[in-house]
Order: sequence, then structure tokens, then C-alpha cells
Amino acid sequence: MTATSQKQPMSLAATPRRGRSGSRRGRAIVAQRPGFLAYAFLAAILLGALFPIYWTILIGSGDSSTINDPTMSWIPGGNFVKNALSVINNESVAFWKSLGNSLIVSTVVSASVVFFSTLAGYAFAKLRFRGKRGLLAFVIATMAVPTQLGVVPLFIAMSNFGWTGTLGAVIVPALVTAFGVFWMTQYIGQALPDELIEAGRIDGANMFKTFWYIGLPSARPAAAMLALFTFIMTWTNFFWPFIVLGSANPTLPVALATLQANYFVDYSVVLAGVLLATLPLIALFVVAGRHLVAGIMQGAVKG
Amino acid sequence: MTSSTLPLRERTPRRIAFSQKLGRWDIKFSPYLYISPFFLLFALVGLFPLLYTGWVSLHRWDLIAGQGPMVWFDNFTWVLQQRQFWIALRNTLSIFLLSAVPQIVFALLIAAVLDTNLRGRTFWRMSVLLPYIVMPVAVALIFSNMFGDRYGLVNTTLGHLGIPAIQWHSDPFASQFAIATMVNFRWTGYNALILLAGMQAIPRDLYESAAIDGAGRVRRFFSITIPQLRPTLIFVIITATIGGLQIFDEPRLFDQNGTGGANQQWMTLTLYLYNLGWGQLDFGRAAAVAWLLFLIIVVIGLINLAITRRISSNGGVQR
Repeated sequence: MTATSQKQPMSLAATPRRGRSGSRRGRAIVAQRPGFLAYAFLAAILLGALFPIYWTILIGSGDSSTINDPTMSWIPGGNFVKNALSVINNESVAFWKSLGNSLIVSTVVSASVVFFSTLAGYAFAKLRFRGKRGLLAFVIATMAVPTQLGVVPLFIAMSNFGWTGTLGAVIVPALVTAFGVFWMTQYIGQALPDELIEAGRIDGANMFKTFWYIGLPSARPAAAMLALFTFIMTWTNFFWPFIVLGSANPTLPVALATLQANYFVDYSVVLAGVLLATLPLIALFVVAGRHLVAGIMQGAVKG
Repeated sequence: MTSSTLPLRERTPRRIAFSQKLGRWDIKFSPYLYISPFFLLFALVGLFPLLYTGWVSLHRWDLIAGQGPMVWFDNFTWVLQQRQFWIALRNTLSIFLLSAVPQIVFALLIAAVLDTNLRGRTFWRMSVLLPYIVMPVAVALIFSNMFGDRYGLVNTTLGHLGIPAIQWHSDPFASQFAIATMVNFRWTGYNALILLAGMQAIPRDLYESAAIDGAGRVRRFFSITIPQLRPTLIFVIITATIGGLQIFDEPRLFDQNGTGGANQQWMTLTLYLYNLGWGQLDFGRAAAVAWLLFLIIVVIGLINLAITRRISSNGGVQR
């Protein structure tokens, strides 16, 4: 959507012209298939990525003595269900509640970020108004502000509203993000032809109808990716939910932290819990992993 | 019928005028309306809390009792006199260096390999991204188990190699290394993909003419890729700086107590902020730490910006 996808076809189109002037040899060298070493290197990276997850399965399916056992087997044991049940039945962890909370928070935040970011992105990319450039630059600049450092007043405000311990305290501050606005501005700017909007206006649609029937549908691919990333970021977020929710009404990461805070830590149970909390995202990765890759690469070239 | 059409005919011109006016307002104000949610929310939960942190830091302020008298810079002088603050600063910088440097070197290497004409491209790209979907809390729990002092996998493996066990939870450097490993595990692949995107935007003919001139892969990497990658590199390094200096999840969950170790071996600044605010209920001092950390992030961010600019503009092909 940004420089990547725009520049690639351009450079492809440019090569044949140069090719005639004798750089065919250069192209052949550059396009060479990499050797065995490259694959070995990537395979090692893959092993490094998989191993901690495999280790989690191994310990999470063993029993409390597996970890102390020098002759431990490298094949998962049969205790995962038992361990998972002791996570689920642990009252201080509130597993189902935290799972439900995580689903609610992540879904609501994703939907809201997508809607408001698309709305703002549409305005920045396609509408004419005074101060547009400056305002957009401001949005981008806020991405570099470490807002996490405002936790103290934010917490004071939330407790004044009586919101501490409620999901609203986690949802409201995340309703729209600078990244989302920037992302949608980039996409809509190049994906939606001005003529379509003009046609809509001539047909008598008001501004919002034009957005709703022309802007929003055209932004669908980028909106889906934004939803995916926002979901993952919200699902894995710990600091603020941990502070404002506490262990009484937790999200999954907060509940996992409680699991470890017991006096006696049984790692087979802790890692079974880790596995339970990670499985939904692993499933998401299997289904949408290639879109995640594409999303990161499209959003990357910010300069 | 007739009686009702008459007033209607009278009203018609005024209605057109009104709807025209409405249409003009619609065009004029809709854009501001559409972008306003972001600005409102940023003002309320981003900018205002950040500024108000300054106000809180000038007061005695208890989590439960609330605002106390103004004490001017007492909280700052108190914090700056604490040994714990300086230890936390050292730990934060140490963890940041131990994670950011290897992470960016490895991400560059991975991106360079992914940028070649590979078979199974999508598969390799996905495999690099896998750790990103594991939440930091889970990463912390998994790795603090593997880095266990007595029965941890790492020490067992070292034992097989005849290397004495490392005290991952009591030695400051070892614990910071372990925490940096968690950060690297989750973010290296993600950054590699961002750098890869930057690399693919570099025109291929630059490489081709360099290849004809006899430049090998390594030479092409340093003379073309790195200088051309400058904007992307700056982006990656600045994001890593802002995120890395605020690290909390991993050190918080490195042991059961979550206070950063008995002797603050791995207590970071954000963890110190949390301990002051929600452990000792002293919001004034916590706010002072927040402001100091903010300044540190700005300073280090600017230093990194300068370094990146210099590295990638030294030599190399400039278009």
C-alpha cells in the first residue's frame, strides 16, 4: 500500500529497458537462487521460534516432577487435560471470565479502531479542509509519544469515575489509534479513485453517505488487516489491564500472571495455562498468518 | 388540498436555502467531525495524562488519600537520591542494549536472507513471525522456566556440556540477559519483516550494476542495502527505543514476586514506577519517575536518531 507495492512493479518495469544495455549478467547474478546455507540459517531460526512453544507443550503435558527429571522424555506426556483443568478450576485465576473479557475487549477495540480510523483516514486522504497537512503530521508525531507514562493520572481519573475493575477502563483509552489513522490514510489515498467520490456527491449523497457507501467498502482489505493487528495487540496487552483491572476481573494475560504468583509454582500447570491462552492466537496465525506478514510489510515503509 | 398547498408553496424557497446551507456545512465541517475522535481521545487519554503527570509529581499524592500539599521538586530530589532509581536506570539501559543491538543485527541478517530468491518464500516469512503472536506474559513465563536456576533447561544443557550452572535469577547480568532474550524472541522476526519490506523497495538495478562491477553479496549488502534502508532502519530503531525503555511485562513476571529481584537485579524503571505507585501507594514519586523516564526516552531517542543517520549515510551509493 505504501512504497513497497508501488515501487515493486515500477522497478520490474524498469529492468527490461536496462537489460538491453547489457545488464543481463547482473540480473542473473542477483536473481541466483541462494545456497544451502540460507535454508539452514532459516531452518535454525524456525527451530528457535518453535522450540519455546514445543517446550511449553512438553512441560504443560507432564506433571510437577517432569521439569526436575534429568531423564525426561522429549515426547509430550498425557497430562495436558488434567493440568488445563486445574488452571480452569483455580478460582483465583477466573479462567472463563478472563477468556470472555479478553474476547470482549479485543473485539470491541478492534471494531472501534477500524471504524474511527477509516473515518479519519478517509477524511485525510480524500476530503479537502483547512489545516489538513499539519493535523496529519500531528497524528503521525503522536505515534512517538510514550503515552504509557501517563498511567498515574489515567488511573486517578478512572478511579474518580469509578471505572477501575471494569472493562470500560481498558476499552475506552484504546478506541482509536494514531497508527490506525495513518494506516487507513495511506491505503485509502491510493486505493480509492477521486472520481468515485465525486460521482457519489453528484448523485446527491451527503458526506457521510458517501463515506459509508463508497469510502468504507473500498477500504475493506486494509480495514481487515488493521482489525487483525489491533486484535492481537489488545489480546497480548498487559501493563494497563494489569493496573486498572486487577485480578478480580482480569483479561487473559492478567489471569496468567496470577497463575504464577502462587506461593508454590507448579510449572506444568502454569505452562498449561500459557498454552490455553496462546492457542486462540496460534489458530488465528494458521488461518491469517500470511495476511499478517503482508500487513507488516505493507505498513512498514514509513520513512 | 388547496389550503394545504398554499403555505407549502410559500415555504419551498426557504427550504432549498436551508438544505443548501446544510449541505455547505456538511462539506465544511464533516472532515473535522471525522478526524475529531482521534484528537479528542488523544487529548483525553494521551496528552492530558502525560502533562498532568507533571502536576502530580509536584505534590504529595497518595493512591488512597489522594492529593496532598504541593512540595515542588521534593519528589524529584527524593527519587534522584535513591540508589534503586539508578540501579533501575542501569538495568533498563542494559536490557535495552542487550535486546536492541542483537535484535537489529539479526533482523537485518534474516531480512537479507529472506530478500534473496528463495523457494517457499511465504512459508519462511511466516515462520519468522510466529513468536510475535505469543503474548509477552506467556513468553516471560516460558523463558523464566527455561532459565530456572536449579532445574531449568538452559542450566541442564550447560551441565551436559560441562559448564557450571548460571544463577539466572540472582546474577544481575545473567538475569538481564535472560530478559533481553525474551524481548529478542518476540520481536526479531517482526522487525526482520519490516526491514525486508524496506529492502524490497530498493531498485533492483542498483544491485545489478554493482554485481557487474564485481561486488559480491556482502559488499552489495553494506554498500547498497544499508544506506538505502535508512528510513526503515530509523523507524525500527526508534520504535525499539520507545518500547524497549518502557519494558515491564517480562521483568515483572521473571519471578513470582514481581518486584525485580531481591537486590533489584532486573528491576526496570517502569517496574520501579509501578512499585512506587501501586506498591508504596506514592503517586507523587511514581509520577516523578514517569517524567524522568520520559526525558530519558527523548534523549536516547535523539541519540539513536543521530547514530542511525550517520551510519547509513557513510559511504554507499546515494541516488
